[in-house]
Parts: sequence; C-alpha cells; structure tokens
Amino acid sequence: MMPSNFFTDWAFMIPFFITACFSLGVYLLLTAGSGDVLWFWSGQEILVGLFVAVVVGWVARGFFCDSRRRAALNPKRWLRAVGYVCGPFFIELAKANVDVAYRVITGRIRPGIVRVKSGMETDLGVLMLANSITLTPGTLTVDINEDTNDLYVHVINVSDDVAARDALEAHEIFSTFDCPSWIRRIAE
Amino acid sequence: MSLLLFIWHALMWLFIAIGLFFNSLGVFGILRFPDVYTRLHADTKATTFGTIFTSLAVVIYGLGHWLKTADGQYGSLVLHTLIAVVVLAITNATGAHAIARAALRRGHQPARAVVNKLEDSTS
Repeated sequence: MMPSNFFTDWAFMIPFFITACFSLGVYLLLTAGSGDVLWFWSGQEILVGLFVAVVVGWVARGFFCDSRRRAALNPKRWLRAVGYVCGPFFIELAKANVDVAYRVITGRIRPGIVRVKSGMETDLGVLMLANSITLTPGTLTVDINEDTNDLYVHVINVSDDVAARDALEAHEIFSTFDCPSWIRRIAE
Repeated sequence: MSLLLFIWHALMWLFIAIGLFFNSLGVFGILRFPDVYTRLHADTKATTFGTIFTSLAVVIYGLGHWLKTADGQYGSLVLHTLIAVVVLAITNATGAHAIARAALRRGHQPARAVVNKLEDSTS
C-alpha cells in the first residue's frame, strides 16, 4: 500500500526512517570488525546493511513506531535505560533467583493471580513493566487488559492481605526499588 | 602476570559455575512445580539469570584474549555475546508471557490458587 504522496507523507516516512536507522545500527553492531571502510566495516556489509534496513523499516514500521509519542528517542533516556537494567533491574533479578531457588528446594508455594494497576500510558511502558514484573521475585505477567493497561500477574506466594484486595499498585510488586517510576522516566 | 592470568581463569570458572547452578535450578523447577504458571516462574527467571552469567564468562574470555592478542575476532565475540544477552532477556520474558497467556486462553486454571482475579473479572 504505497500512499500517493509517498515522499512527503511524514506520518509514513518518520516511522519508516526510525525503524530503518535502528535496524542499520543493530546490523552494523553485529558486523563490526569486518573491514576497514569507516574503520570497522567492509563495503559489502554496509551495502547489505542498508538494503536490510530498508526492507525491515518497510515491514516493521507499524509495530516498531506504533504510537505518535517520540519521547523514547531521547538519548538521555537510553542512558537511563542502561542504568536501570544494570542497577535496580539486575538486583531484582538476582533476588528473584534466590527466591526461586528457595521455592524449588522447599516446594513452599501459595499461587494466585492478582490484578495490578500499571499506571503506564504508552505501549513501551507497559511492555517494559510487564517484562520487569516477569523477571522479578515471585511474579509472572499472564494477561494485559489493553483498554485500561491493567496487568494480571501470577504471584507464586500470595499473602492474605494481598489476596483480599481488589488491585495492587505497580510499585508494590517490587520490594527494594521503585521500578515503575524508573520505567516511567525511560518510556513516557 | 601470572596472578592476572589466575584471576582471569578464576572469574571465568566462577561465572560458569554460577550460570550452570541457576540453569539446572530452572530444570529442577520445571520438574517439581505443579502447573504451567509456576513452572514458567522457575524457567524464565533461573534460565535468564544463569545464561547472563555463562555469557559473562564468554565476555571475560573474549576480553582477555582481545587484550592479549589484539585480534579483532575476539572483540566481535564480546560484542555478539552482549547483544545476545540483551535479546535473550527481552525474548525470555516476552515468551514466558506469551506461553502463560496461551495457557490461560486454553482454560488452564492455576493449580492450588488462593486467589484468581482474572476469573472474577470474566465470570
């Protein structure tokens, strides 16, 4: 489906351009060290990378740049994302593994599915929160209500007062760090 | 120099040991837990963490050889492993979510559940 005013249709061109640039970046990272054009790459790899980037940008622009908000393009947020993954996220992941080790060995589980209000507005924010919840202690995202962005989370050890409540706030899932506010500063 | 070599090897073996320990824990979790959801708990968390550590061992191996021989292929080994770790962390969590959701759509109820907010909302 090619729009008639192809090259001036910015709603079409900008998502295409962003996706193609990202694809080219990843391709060049994967092939770094193949030659000495631009220090690191061989000429063929750059040409193939450009071709792949155009194809991927064409096919994937609708999924990759779904929303109109471009806040996630800010390089400051990328640095924050790296800091989040190396710091709070990794510590939560380590704790999750000690927790799983304990439950595998003792077999002490008390599972249930609870509702969590995500408080996120963009798809990227919900995605990051859902994946963070899956990899943190005792929780696994099972379903998402796409109208309200509520998450349904399988918890391996539900306490009585959590079971009695209608919905949890997102930050109550994480014990040491306030991961949702980190994610909000990265993705929204 | 030999002390550096010792630390290099010790770190590599340490990370491989940690990685294998958590990966095998994931396997025991799959065998021990009662239903698909609790099994996914063990599987995703333990294998992600374990694989991060085995990959870190590869990164350290590559970095060491890179510094020693200045051979570009070890540099790209390090880079590729780091990319693999990032992609693995994303796809592991997303895949677990997809499996859990598919199981739910098929009508698998969580075993021994104390509370199920999804059932309350649909019925």
